[in-house]
Amino acid sequence: MSATLEKQVIDLHTSTVRVLNSTLQSEDATGAWTILHPEGRHSLAVGLTAPLDVTIDGQAGYYAAGMNQRANVVIKGNAGPGVAENMMSGSVHVEGNASMAAGATAQGGLLVIDGDAGARCGISMKGVSIVVRGSVGHMSGFMAQSGNLVVCGDAGEALGDSLYEARLFVRGTVKSLGADCEEKKMTDEDLAILKDLLKEAGITDYPAESFRRYGSARRLYNFNVDNASAY
Amino acid sequence: MCGIVGLFLKNPRLQPQLGALTAQMLKTMTERGPDSAGFAVYGGAQHGQSKITVRGLEESQRKDFEAGVLAVSQKATFVFRDDHAIITCSDEAEPAVRAFVEGFGHGVVFVSSGDSIELYKGVGLPEDVAARFGLSEMTGTHAIGHTRMATESAVTTAGAHPFSTGPDQCLVHNGSLSNHNTLRRQLVRDGLSFETENDSEVAAGYLSWRLSKGERLDEALTASLSDLDGFYTFVVGTRDGFAVLRDPVACKPAVMAETEDYVAFASEYRAFAGLPGIEKATVFEPEPQRVYHWEHAA
Repeated sequence: MSATLEKQVIDLHTSTVRVLNSTLQSEDATGAWTILHPEGRHSLAVGLTAPLDVTIDGQAGYYAAGMNQRANVVIKGNAGPGVAENMMSGSVHVEGNASMAAGATAQGGLLVIDGDAGARCGISMKGVSIVVRGSVGHMSGFMAQSGNLVVCGDAGEALGDSLYEARLFVRGTVKSLGADCEEKKMTDEDLAILKDLLKEAGITDYPAESFRRYGSARRLYNFNVDNASAY
Repeated sequence: MCGIVGLFLKNPRLQPQLGALTAQMLKTMTERGPDSAGFAVYGGAQHGQSKITVRGLEESQRKDFEAGVLAVSQKATFVFRDDHAIITCSDEAEPAVRAFVEGFGHGVVFVSSGDSIELYKGVGLPEDVAARFGLSEMTGTHAIGHTRMATESAVTTAGAHPFSTGPDQCLVHNGSLSNHNTLRRQLVRDGLSFETENDSEVAAGYLSWRLSKGERLDEALTASLSDLDGFYTFVVGTRDGFAVLRDPVACKPAVMAETEDYVAFASEYRAFAGLPGIEKATVFEPEPQRVYHWEHAA
């Protein structure tokens, strides 16, 4: 265990994003890493496959921690567009706000955003769980296919537009629902999932019972069996 | 793509650094717009005096040009920066000087006029454009800059941003408008003229047209939400401040940082990395369809 406790640092004032990513993607990488002076650079800590603990000590640019597998990445500041896009497993924790398309197309793992998320949070999500302590922008959960989106604040316009499946939980107001998105009854199963997610995200001040559950009404073209013959 | 930056100083002590800070922000946005760049710097307004920016002036023409301006405005003063010139003259002489500039020919183009605006633009890497005009040494109250990756019209100095279509007004744009031809025809019928085929110039003209009818900047921007179709993040500069607006879809990026000393705008956070006290700034994304506006007390 001693190797994993050693603090490993990459300073982007003296190193490059390419060196950072190839180092963390290497099969030899283990333990905890801290990235200094990120200063909004793009593609930080992407494509990780080992169970590393990575701390980005500041603001991240586009696609931070994208395609993550098994690593736990903490961003101490804000994240730019597409944080944790296409994550497969592991976790990404943004301590500030996230820009648009947070968790886009992600298939697994947990994305926690302590602040607000911008437009299209969880767009085309395919199994990831996303917990946002603040609010999300317009068209969040657009074409969501699977997974859970938890919003402790408010949701912007057209929440869950054209979604296939995925559970959307919102505690505050929803400015409007997108096409084919509707409020659903909170089942015991939903509640159990929500409680687990809030616990995993370290959110103790919002009881699961204070959320409302939204999902697909399954009325769009692709849900109509009569259209199956078109293929 | 394109990159936009803006810096509005609340603390006058930062005014000597305005150009240096803006130059550094502009350079970081090179990857978003490497083909041309431009910037408007506001400052040095003097009561009763107008500033006129012209470009396309070759060194060999300076003498003739200067003599021509002095013939219509004896007390005019000149600052030459590369192929641009800033003429300062009395408000009364401004129309005559402007008429002289527009009639001078030899590729000399009127760029902007107002109490405090100076506007520079050119083709090339943002860093080189900024260096050509000595942006780092400029001082002032606020500045707006743009790095361009051309989509709707050619890579030319005329197609570079900012666009100025009214006194002390300028606009920079990231995005592309789809109804600019229709709107341009309507505005031309109303007496406006346009220098380029550029969509962003139409947006600037549209706002100037609204302002000329007595609307406030926030009203004009709100109206643009229904009249302009397409993608846009706009930053609009006026004598006393700047405003930001994003279209309803908001796919063009925008981030803002505010401290006690300044409000900064950029397409990406990277542009803020060198600003003083940025680690303590409030950093947020402007919401779509909402007009953000900062102004110095006049």
